[in-house]
Amino acid sequence: MSTSYREIVNNGLWTNNQALVALLGLCPLLATSNTAINGLGLGLATTLVLVLSNTTVSLIRNLVRPEVRLPVFVLIIASFVTAVELSMNAWFHDLYKILGIFIPLIVTNCAIIGRAEAFASKNTVPKAALDGLMMGIGFAAVLFTLGATRELIGQGTLFSGAHLMFGEIARGWTVEIENYKGVLLAILPPGAFLGLGSLIAVKNWIDKSRKERVRKDIVVPGDEEAAAT
Amino acid sequence: MSRNILVSALILGVFGFIGATLVAVTEFGTHERILENERQALLHQLYEIVPKEEVDNDILAHPLTVSARDALGQESSVIYVGEKANELSAMVFEATVPDGYSGPIRLLVGVDRNGVLLGTRVIAHKETPGLGDKIEKEKSDWILGFTGKSLTDPKLDRWKVKKDGGEFDQFTGATVTPRAVVNGVKRVLLYFDQQKDALYKEYLDKAKTNP
Repeated sequence: MSTSYREIVNNGLWTNNQALVALLGLCPLLATSNTAINGLGLGLATTLVLVLSNTTVSLIRNLVRPEVRLPVFVLIIASFVTAVELSMNAWFHDLYKILGIFIPLIVTNCAIIGRAEAFASKNTVPKAALDGLMMGIGFAAVLFTLGATRELIGQGTLFSGAHLMFGEIARGWTVEIENYKGVLLAILPPGAFLGLGSLIAVKNWIDKSRKERVRKDIVVPGDEEAAAT
Repeated sequence: MSRNILVSALILGVFGFIGATLVAVTEFGTHERILENERQALLHQLYEIVPKEEVDNDILAHPLTVSARDALGQESSVIYVGEKANELSAMVFEATVPDGYSGPIRLLVGVDRNGVLLGTRVIAHKETPGLGDKIEKEKSDWILGFTGKSLTDPKLDRWKVKKDGGEFDQFTGATVTPRAVVNGVKRVLLYFDQQKDALYKEYLDKAKTNP
């Protein structure tokens, strides 16, 4: 009963989204989602770590004895996070300074060890890598959406600080609403909780209306038949 | 049984070694770039305060470390000395204002040789977003208002926010933060006034002993 590739994609992006459904990694999610670019930065770093750790864990899944597997996973994740942290410091120095402590804290994101233990250690390398990528993208998408929403409501801009990530050409990417005072609450920590709650509500609402539509589609032909007779 | 434990320990050890190797290799590959980044970031900050054309020495080459808790607010502060044509042209002080609204505010204060402010920047603070954080240059122009000021302009007893009968604007809804920063900058100017000759002499000695 192995998971199909399509299921892996669906799970990562939607059905088992690590932020909206599993509610894992909330600490960095809430703390760094005050602008779209900050959210995207941490999201991409997390995705990179997830892909690397899932691939490695899957590669060694038959080598490691069950009793030491968790410490080994932690070692692998911690090494990758440190490597990613150093690389970000070297190539995205300004973004690194803004995200600060949350880069090393990727180690403690339960989503990563969770995927290593629940999926990568039981599946083949391509599947584990895809799972890592999709879970990461799903997580990054939520971070980005939450960041963009909070930034827009909180300070009336979008993509401020884009040059930290994409270089000097991105300086002009910032969109700004003229004469917008901003809602402080959205930038402060409570704004993160309110925003995440709203996103979860929207997801549940979409799921529910989708389910109802499916049910209707099944019911409708039956009704037509009944009407015909 | 004991064999199993040994094998497990060996596996753990091997992965520990591999992980440490990965980190060491990355560190080796990024070390110089990170140092250079930090240097560039600091230089960028300093040149925002001190105009490039006012300095012709390597301003990062011989930083002074002083301990002046009362004046600069921290156990040890770094002072960068800029020279032009072998004469003192500017000093940039690291200073901490302890009495911000929500904790210390860290400043860089640049002064020219006559004690006129070249500029001030906030480099770290925890002030309320939307209120006290207007001390950041990215948020408002307030901090630029210090440029060109000195202990004689405005007079010493006017080095206060307007609410306290001084010269400097406060923010709507936030007086504590600008008051603290104004005081902090004033203390740096007073310190510079008393110590500039001694500091410059120390710099010259340092530059002479290790060029």
